[in-house]
Amino acid sequence: MSVLAAESLSLKLGGRRVLDAVSASFVPGRVTAVLGPNGAGKSTLLSCLAGLHTPEAGQVLVGGQPRASWTMRDLARQIGLLPQGADVHWDVDVATLVALGRYPHRTRWGETDADRAAVARAMAATDVTQFAARPMTALSGGERARVLLARVLAGEPHWLLADEPLANLDPAHQLDTLECLRDVARSGAGVIVVLHDLNHAMRVADEVLLLCDGRIVAQGPPAEVLTPERIAATYGVSSHIGTTPDGVRFVVTTPMAQR
Amino acid sequence: MNRSLALNLALLAGIAVTVLLSLMAGKVWIPLDAWVADDPRWPIIAELRMPRIVLAVLVGAALGLSGAAMQGYLRNPLADPGLFGVSSGAALGAVISLYFGYAASPLLLPAFALTGAGITMAILALLVGRSGSIIVFTLAGVILSSVAGSMTALAISLAPTPFATSQIVTWLMGALTDRSWDDVTLALPLLALGCILLAFTGRTLDALTLGESAARSMGVDPLRLQLLIVVGVALCVGASVATAGIIGFVGLIVPHLVRPFVGNRPSAVLLPSALAGALLLLVADSVVRALPTVSELRLGIAMSMLGGPFFLILLLRMRRTLA
Repeated sequence: MSVLAAESLSLKLGGRRVLDAVSASFVPGRVTAVLGPNGAGKSTLLSCLAGLHTPEAGQVLVGGQPRASWTMRDLARQIGLLPQGADVHWDVDVATLVALGRYPHRTRWGETDADRAAVARAMAATDVTQFAARPMTALSGGERARVLLARVLAGEPHWLLADEPLANLDPAHQLDTLECLRDVARSGAGVIVVLHDLNHAMRVADEVLLLCDGRIVAQGPPAEVLTPERIAATYGVSSHIGTTPDGVRFVVTTPMAQR
Repeated sequence: MNRSLALNLALLAGIAVTVLLSLMAGKVWIPLDAWVADDPRWPIIAELRMPRIVLAVLVGAALGLSGAAMQGYLRNPLADPGLFGVSSGAALGAVISLYFGYAASPLLLPAFALTGAGITMAILALLVGRSGSIIVFTLAGVILSSVAGSMTALAISLAPTPFATSQIVTWLMGALTDRSWDDVTLALPLLALGCILLAFTGRTLDALTLGESAARSMGVDPLRLQLLIVVGVALCVGASVATAGIIGFVGLIVPHLVRPFVGNRPSAVLLPSALAGALLLLVADSVVRALPTVSELRLGIAMSMLGGPFFLILLLRMRRTLA
């Protein structure tokens, strides 16, 4: 069974309980948005799923098997992580950077045709093929974000975990990136994405996981989870939810006091 | 493709030509037709110049490769293999042997230096523990190199005779003067093993370009990488200091010289850095050997004299890109 699941994960960081018995399972082909206020444990949950943190209690199941029973290399082929504000430490060109995503697949004897094909597909999917020869420092913020996403896609993971991939992007690039995440899910992979903007979650997510203080507050389709009452309870803001004439749901938040 | 290959071949050719010239040149010019075993000048080539040239190539390659690996690992273009204390530890070991006058036997000094390097490496590994953290690693290295540096200064100031003092000070400047095949036999296996270990880090260093989280998510084991780097650099630097004293700047400069040709990808920088390091040290050592000075210019000093201006150029270039 190819699911990714968290089984009552608990983790303390710096004396604070960041995750408290969090259980969730994720399904391939769907986009799950992880939402919640700052410090709710969204990124930590992603880290646990990606194996960067080891939970104190509970476990992560990958394809029905506990994480620990997988080798690092096989796990890396299963799960691709796009970390928050991903840095690039050496100014390499775009094609080289995207090819780094093949790390879990590559052998000591260099690039195979499969590697080259996967890199080309990833670059086409994120629309960065035309930048292939450009150095990373010559890209705009939006182009850079797409290249970094292409890097993860080049690894052809069954699960894409993205931690705030929309930060620092303008509205057009935000929508482009969301569309790209949808495409990834359409191609059969499971997408788990940490988002801050509730509108983005409504737009992209099949499923929403709402966290607060390290616990799951609600889980389900965005229309069911994101109600004004829940938004008030978790974020401490008033909200108005509406629908545009062409059927796109949106949410406007205002401070509590002004109500 | 394939500027890397072209550069590597060019560097190899450069090394071959320089070796040939360097065997001929020196205080005595020995033309090719005198390279026969019964020529009276043959021992100069076989016993004096040859081991020295081999050592220059080995030490230069090891330092260049260590520098490239350190810069890749720390993701910092100003990192130097001396940064993490092993060279200071090795120097301290050598200085202790000079302090007690043990340098009489030719193998005692390198043995002390290697012990110093080994102890420093062990302390470094203990300090860093199982954290795999680059910050802890860097800080521990800085602490160790300053402690070893202060102990060296102490040894100089307390030296029993002015002769020992001058011996220590001269040795610290680094040189390949009067090295024999014994030194090559001692250094070769250690340097080779160190280089092999570092060669295995290439693709992992590439993955680290994306930062630690992304690298770990792609299956990079930070502890394994740190172990390879620590042991590899310690072997390279420890054996280099044991045979040649402290020769700075090679590890720092060389990766910068090759990056314009092969790009910034850390694994692409490794091999050309080793070759360019070998060539640089070979040229520098041949020049100081052939210069008609009364007492030979110390190789370490020559490299520092090159290194200072190089640092300045680097700074000016970085300032331009940052501005």
